[in-house]
Amino acid sequence: MQALYAQLLVGLINGSFYALLSLGLAVIFGMLNIINFAHGALYMMGAFVAYFLLNLGGISYWWALLLAPIIVGIFGMILERTMLQWLTGLDHLYGLLLTFGIALIVQGVFQNYFGSSGLPYAIPDQLKGGMNLGFMFLPIYRGWVVVFSLVVCLATWFLIEKTQLGAYLRAATENPTLVRAFGINVPRMITLTYGLGVGLAALAGVLSAPINQVRPLMGADLIIVVFAVVVIGGMGSIMGSIITGFALGVIEGLTKYFYPEASNTVVFVLMVLVLLVKPTGLTGRAA
Amino acid sequence: MPDTAIAEAPARAASGGNILQVRNLEAWYGESHILHGIDFDVNAGEVVTLLGRNGAGKTTTLKSIMGIIGKRSGSVKFNNQEIIRATSDRIARMGIAFCPEERGIFASLDVRENLMLPPVVREGGLPLDQIFDLFPNLKERLSSQGTKLSGGEQQMLAIARILRTGASFLMLDEPTEGLAPVIIQQIGHTIARLKKEGFTILLVEQNFRFASTVADRYYVVEHGKIIDGFSNAELAANMDKLHTYLGV
Repeated sequence: MQALYAQLLVGLINGSFYALLSLGLAVIFGMLNIINFAHGALYMMGAFVAYFLLNLGGISYWWALLLAPIIVGIFGMILERTMLQWLTGLDHLYGLLLTFGIALIVQGVFQNYFGSSGLPYAIPDQLKGGMNLGFMFLPIYRGWVVVFSLVVCLATWFLIEKTQLGAYLRAATENPTLVRAFGINVPRMITLTYGLGVGLAALAGVLSAPINQVRPLMGADLIIVVFAVVVIGGMGSIMGSIITGFALGVIEGLTKYFYPEASNTVVFVLMVLVLLVKPTGLTGRAA
Repeated sequence: MPDTAIAEAPARAASGGNILQVRNLEAWYGESHILHGIDFDVNAGEVVTLLGRNGAGKTTTLKSIMGIIGKRSGSVKFNNQEIIRATSDRIARMGIAFCPEERGIFASLDVRENLMLPPVVREGGLPLDQIFDLFPNLKERLSSQGTKLSGGEQQMLAIARILRTGASFLMLDEPTEGLAPVIIQQIGHTIARLKKEGFTILLVEQNFRFASTVADRYYVVEHGKIIDGFSNAELAANMDKLHTYLGV
């Protein structure tokens, strides 16, 4: 039983990263209509920024949780202003190709300087150790990642679904021309939305650094699974991304326990099934 | 009719001088040249109606004033400020509000969110209780999804939300299209009341009977140009001409 709970926890942790990343992708797709293939590279940048802050500036993990998303978010906003904004109105394919190219360049630059092996990032002192829950041993840091990710995901959902700013975002997703004619600076809102989505990816990168080490290809490995999660959940659905992210992490974890051979493919098998039955995803809208 | 006739169209300003001045306005959708030099004026406190057949360029005129047509040229002055090169968000913040023909109710927003969506651009907007006084149906449907409302209620919502903003110049594009007579009458009362409140309204209408109940002046648009203009008092004398213009 201990092994089952351990795999469930691993599943929840992976699910946290899936949820944070697919949430960012959903926000970006909803507003910019861009399938952001650079998301994995920006997640990796988040981890690297945390690494640099600690090793070059002595800035702790806690500050990195705040600063890395802001720094990478600003980098993302520069990308949007200088490149992505010119793709407005074009086919999805152009955005996908451009962001794929950006991902290759960013990853290539980091690989050139840091190789492919992982750089260590220590768990902060306050989150070291574990707790015996009786039925399993819970490493505190891993529990923190799950809880914090869930809080961030729900806060993002609240922002988009329940606030005036979120109403602007949802309305601009439907009819940006009219929203702009109401006096709202939609181009600026698009830039900030891309910054928000990218910031979520960077935050996931910081959370991941102590667990998975900091590697130039850490995003490339993850992003393929995350895209499968997004396809299953449905592109553009906020709550769908969160629920599907956590659920698929858990399903992956359970598969590792019951049938380990299928654990790397179960998400893709589910993706195929969903595409066959409901091509827009479980909760998504038509692209 | 030459432009001189338009200049002669009486400007019966209820409460002030020229608020909108459009000169030689041209507009394009991609390669299609839609407006070929539109000239007209709107005075403060007036209800001015653009009449014309389908495809004449009425809606494009409103969209060009609002800055939501990709390519436009000429001159549009609002309160003596040139806005032909301004972005639509800036134009809205100057006090022009637009209610589109398709109403533009957002499906992902409930009625309250739709109502509160346009930001307040200046003081003087109608408070919510006055808006609910004008449109009591909306108050009962605040938590419904915007697009679940009936056509008439959606039109009321589309008008209501721009009254909150403080914009004093309203552009309404075919507000009666597809609505039942009783709702059309209600919208007519609303426009008359808004005029009393001091709003200036530029209306696009195909429903000439409706327009005649609310308008101070008319301009006739054909092939992307203003071909005639007259006041409500001159309407009876111009009826034959108008029937020819509108093909009714």
